[in-house]
Amino acid sequence: MSVTEATAARPGRPLTAFRRRFEGRRAGQVACLLLALLLLVVVFGPLVAPYGASEIVGIPYSGPSGSHWLGTDYLGHDVLSRVLDGGRSVVAYALLAMATAYGVGGVAGLVAGLRGGLVDATLMRLMDVILAFPPILLLLVLASGVGGSTAILVAGVALVNVPGIARVVRAATAEVATRSYVEAAVARGAGTVPILRHDVLPNIAATVAADAGTRFAISILLAASMNFLGVGIEPPSPDWAVMMTENRSGLTLQPWALLAPALLLATLTVTVSVVADVLTREEER
Amino acid sequence: MSADAAALEIAGLVVRAPGGAAIVEQVELTVRGAEIVALVGESGSGKTTCGLAALGFARDGARIDGGSVRVAGRELLGLGERELRGVRGRHVSYVPQNPGSALNPAMRVGDHLRELLRAHGRAGDDAVVQAALERVHLPGERAFRRRWPHQLSGGQQQRLAIALALACEPAVAVMDEPTTGLDVVTQARILDEVRRLRDASGLGVLYISHDLAAVASIADRIAVMYAGRVVEQGPAAELLARPCHPYTRGLLASLPDHREPRRLRGIGGAVAALDARPAGCAFAPRCPLASDACRAQAPPLTSPAADRAVRCFHAAQTPPPAFEPLPQRAAADGAALLAVRDLRVSFGGGDVVAADDVGFALARGECLALVGESGSGKTTIARCVAGLQRPDGGEIALAGEPLAGFARGRTREQRRRLQIVFQNPYQSLNPRETAIEAVARPLRELGRDHAAGGRAASLRAAEQMLERVQLPRRLAHSRPAALSGGELQRVAIARALVVEPELLLCDEITSALDVSVQAAVLELLGGLRDELGLTLLFITHDLGVVAAIADRVLVLQRGSVVETGPVGQVVRAPAQPYTQELVAAAPSLSR
Repeated sequence: MSVTEATAARPGRPLTAFRRRFEGRRAGQVACLLLALLLLVVVFGPLVAPYGASEIVGIPYSGPSGSHWLGTDYLGHDVLSRVLDGGRSVVAYALLAMATAYGVGGVAGLVAGLRGGLVDATLMRLMDVILAFPPILLLLVLASGVGGSTAILVAGVALVNVPGIARVVRAATAEVATRSYVEAAVARGAGTVPILRHDVLPNIAATVAADAGTRFAISILLAASMNFLGVGIEPPSPDWAVMMTENRSGLTLQPWALLAPALLLATLTVTVSVVADVLTREEER
Repeated sequence: MSADAAALEIAGLVVRAPGGAAIVEQVELTVRGAEIVALVGESGSGKTTCGLAALGFARDGARIDGGSVRVAGRELLGLGERELRGVRGRHVSYVPQNPGSALNPAMRVGDHLRELLRAHGRAGDDAVVQAALERVHLPGERAFRRRWPHQLSGGQQQRLAIALALACEPAVAVMDEPTTGLDVVTQARILDEVRRLRDASGLGVLYISHDLAAVASIADRIAVMYAGRVVEQGPAAELLARPCHPYTRGLLASLPDHREPRRLRGIGGAVAALDARPAGCAFAPRCPLASDACRAQAPPLTSPAADRAVRCFHAAQTPPPAFEPLPQRAAADGAALLAVRDLRVSFGGGDVVAADDVGFALARGECLALVGESGSGKTTIARCVAGLQRPDGGEIALAGEPLAGFARGRTREQRRRLQIVFQNPYQSLNPRETAIEAVARPLRELGRDHAAGGRAASLRAAEQMLERVQLPRRLAHSRPAALSGGELQRVAIARALVVEPELLLCDEITSALDVSVQAAVLELLGGLRDELGLTLLFITHDLGVVAAIADRVLVLQRGSVVETGPVGQVVRAPAQPYTQELVAAAPSLSR
């Protein structure tokens, strides 16, 4: 076989591999489809919304009708328009928090796992300190101390995730670091960055990704809980969690104002978890 | 039961995997009282499956699908789980491979025996427990009975496992690789113990092992398994002297022997996977005598001589084993390539001394073997030379230039000239890289001429190197998961040799391989050594391997050099007591 053929016929193109994992898993396929639809709604929802999210269009708490499919909320906004608009903040803040958390926790885990010794011990004890606080309490203390804002929300959710991420990444890295192929690279004098890129990251990716799926779902819930408790996004913004807080009082009058965002939030977290689970299980086979 | 009645009789046994493929097929095996039958085979041959079937047991998912297993005349197959429980341990017992994980860490030594005895309705008082321990030469006193399994040495744990197997005086004991993982001296003692128990109590033993040399000293009869079938069996001495099956002959030719050093000949190819076994004789694809008949149908069991049985159409044509002498090598020219002086390494703040003032020199073109048991410091020394471990003191010099402690402190040229191959082939290669990528990478990092040619040039060079280590062409673009242990090790050797090093460190590179594959890898290494003028530092615990490949040997014990000299001299006439003990304990066919 010639060299060019070889590169052309390299196994494991990501999309094919991804599709193969869902073969014969009905629950996974349904979840994947739902998640894709949901993400479409989240991203493109505002473009198709019939009304503006903060536009007062009718009498508060009026039921579903031809012009307002999901009725109106406590101020008379169109619920459908708000729901179409309110997913972006949920997903965006969770993603932002995850990215921050992986930036900090992932690097800490890689360094601790690869270096070991005193560096490892110091970093991990630091993580244990963060881990000692209950997440919600930590976020509330943070909000009452510094004041509630979206930046604090993102930072808080990230902070809560940092120790867990650091531990998972450290454990996976430490295991890979003892493998002979890493030692062979060290003996050849390869630099830390190439070793991380070629030998460590590709081989811990599956473990870390499996953890990331569940973590993302939990982060969405955590961010939503914070918003529900009033830390983070301020009420007029159309966020699913904020909508649930706002419309609590009208549950019996106009249940859709609360149920619509609640159902979407539940579907989002469940589908993310199921898809993550399918991807992980395949790795374990 | 009289001594001449069969203690264990297995006939027509079939065990199937969950998918329906037969793990073992048509197994016929008889163990008489006071007889040790060795069941020998390489990994995946089905020997453990057979051994477990002797207790009416099949591993998770597998099932016994036919045949008969009789223990002291009583049929086990078809018995209910409750009845089987009464038979196991009482009439037929099992000694597992790894006693460390077979013993309950939360149970004292005495309680292990007491529980077993009581489960079979026997008195479990102290006197009985003491007697059971003393039978296998363990101390029977109270203090020992109150110890926990983790407080015993590996050899003691194995003796306890044997004591447990013998406590209820069964007719037959199945011992599954009971000495694998023990050092040779302990192994020799356990083997003596098994032999003594056979003579003293009329016990029948089915002794499962991958090591033909180890069982040769104790077995009355040997059964050789290949790909799920017993391909040959007979009295030990006869079978070893005149093998009828080409596979047995191949095994003998691959077996390193320190008493009779000779050229090793591996068996080409690898055992077929369970779901890809060929239709006819499973050995046909690797057999030099294979004919169309072999590929068409599995040969039936025939008896070429009294008490011999073989499954081969060409049993009569199988030539007797012919041992070739080792090739003569020109003496090394004397210029030292590697010099190690006063090397000191300790761990845990000086508590464990892994190397204590170790010094040696390695001449260009020479092969020096570092020999020792586990914990002797041989791997630590190799890691220091490779730049993976910084020594506490001493000096390592390559061609006169002192080397920095860590690889990163050495020059690129120094790193290129010295390469290492590791012990565990399954962890040696990055699972995400194909064979050819793995071999091409060092060229980009260390290569001299190829760096200019870019990726295409390095891939071409890697391809040539893979050909040199005789990796089948179609596997060059496979990832490690698709390769066998021997193939992985060939790729690891190619990865080391592709940058044209002068010194190759081999850290137990064959210890995880089957003996026929080991021989093939050693054969390859010997050839490459001549071809490329390599200097080898070869770390191993196996004196047979030393005799087959090394020029000089350095014996290590607890971090210190005990003895050093030419292989012939050290192995034939060891001067130090420790070396003498090692040499005496090492398994060999010629004893």
